[in-house]
Amino acid sequence: MIAVELRKLFRRPRTWATIAVLNALPVLVAVLLVWTDLAPRPGEGPPFLSAVLTNGALYPLAALAIVLPLFLPIAVAVVAGDSVAGEAQAGTLRYLLARPAGRTRLLVAKLVAVLAFVLVTVLVVAAVGYLVGTTLFDAQPGAATSVSGTSLTPEELAVRTVLAIGYVAVSMLGVAAFALFFSTTTDSPLGATMGALAVLVTSSLLFTLDAASPIAPYLPTRYWLAFVDLFRDPVLWRDITRGLALQAVYVGVLLAAAWANFTTKDVTS
Amino acid sequence: MSSVIATRGLAKQYGRLRAVDGIDLDVRAGDVYGFLGANGSGKTTTVRMLLGLVLPTRGEIDLLGERMPRAGRRVLPRVGALIEAPAAYGHLSGRENLALLDAAGPGGARRDRRRRVADVLEQVGLGGVGRRPVKAYSLGMRQRLGLAGALLRRPELLVLDEPTNGLDPQGISEIRELLLELHRGGTTIFLSSHLLAEVEQLCSRVGVLDRGRLVLQDDLATLTAPTGATVVRTPTPERVRATLDGRVAAVDGERVVVRGGDPAEVNALLVGAGIPVTGLAPERPTLEEVVLAAAATSADRVERAL
Repeated sequence: MIAVELRKLFRRPRTWATIAVLNALPVLVAVLLVWTDLAPRPGEGPPFLSAVLTNGALYPLAALAIVLPLFLPIAVAVVAGDSVAGEAQAGTLRYLLARPAGRTRLLVAKLVAVLAFVLVTVLVVAAVGYLVGTTLFDAQPGAATSVSGTSLTPEELAVRTVLAIGYVAVSMLGVAAFALFFSTTTDSPLGATMGALAVLVTSSLLFTLDAASPIAPYLPTRYWLAFVDLFRDPVLWRDITRGLALQAVYVGVLLAAAWANFTTKDVTS
Repeated sequence: MSSVIATRGLAKQYGRLRAVDGIDLDVRAGDVYGFLGANGSGKTTTVRMLLGLVLPTRGEIDLLGERMPRAGRRVLPRVGALIEAPAAYGHLSGRENLALLDAAGPGGARRDRRRRVADVLEQVGLGGVGRRPVKAYSLGMRQRLGLAGALLRRPELLVLDEPTNGLDPQGISEIRELLLELHRGGTTIFLSSHLLAEVEQLCSRVGVLDRGRLVLQDDLATLTAPTGATVVRTPTPERVRATLDGRVAAVDGERVVVRGGDPAEVNALLVGAGIPVTGLAPERPTLEEVVLAAAATSADRVERAL
């Protein structure tokens, strides 16, 4: 079942189109940076972007930071929102369930497929970022500088980059859980995607509002950019662990709700 | 004969609407069962409950001798289904769609999958369709692909909802032949339809659903058995009435209904009296008459409650 879902996802032209579009923005930013040589001053603009002019090896992180606030969540919400509701809209859900695929199995397979999409997307963005960064900028793999100003060995940089990719993937899993839950409640994939995006927009908006500070630690987008803390010296674990715990709670609750809803609902699509 | 579909008091309620209201279906092995009903009478909801897509509010379903929806994982691989319109992934070929569907559940062995897919495509008349994506298929081709999906694992029971929808007359007769051939091979067929002619040509048993209730369930031969009257066609109906005084039940143009189930006897009387007879047959109710008598109005009509 999982193999079936993976085949469906990665044989779909839309999946690859989404990933390609996602990579367009970081590439465009890199080209503009090289062309104008106008890097944002340290502390302004997306994280890491000020550092890439001196070290292209940091560009995968800059690329992730560029797509993280908007493009990556949209892509994940589209794929996860489509997972059940898309089958319902196309009418294939009733044939899968009458096959019988088993409702719990189908939901697990959909989740795994979305997870695979998140991982592949994040890895492709990082890989393209690395290629672009090392070809367009001066790469100094031996002399990376941490956000705190101390220097990092190439091994440290590699380990921390992998951790950062993992952290971003976990953050996106939260988005996927929202979209997957909404996807089991409706027959409209667009509705499910918009529902998940509405949650994220609300969360980002409340985060900037002082009056919302009592609930700020519980907003799903609160710790998204905490992966930057991995590049401090020493690593600042506080926000990272909180971010992981928060996403775990959201993912657990939403998947349980999605399962409870999907296994007891009448499929009339 | 053993029971293939048996429901007891099966009901589905949506809010205050009783879509299906306590029906006792009885489909036996070897039947071609015609499940008739107007649009909105609850046919589709019933079919979905049989297949475990919609969960019943009350009542029990036994499918191939096992309780649904609990035994779905064991029973459903032995059932082929076409539920309303066919559906497939438009960007993939028909072959790929069938392979994915087969891999999505239990009971479809991987090693002979390619051969089974090729066989059913051949069987429904799509053998030469090649690698064309399904989005380039015509409505009739999609219908055939849907049927191929239902036949993929040589099911003991076929549950078909409007299987000839979208097919041209040649296609309809081709599919009818295919279904009859499968039936001769021992497949039980449950055919949900509102096309009376289709059911009359194919089915051996009929159930009629009217606003959620099963108002009729019997063998087609019993339902359309001779009524004990004879239909006479003649250009001179008045003379028939005069000759067979008191036995004429109804006159409708050149068609005269005469009480008495033996056409030969009626014919002898009429010919003896020198009355020209152009047609003579025992009277049988058509399925349409039986269904209209049993089911009151079309469920599309929404009338004010009294």
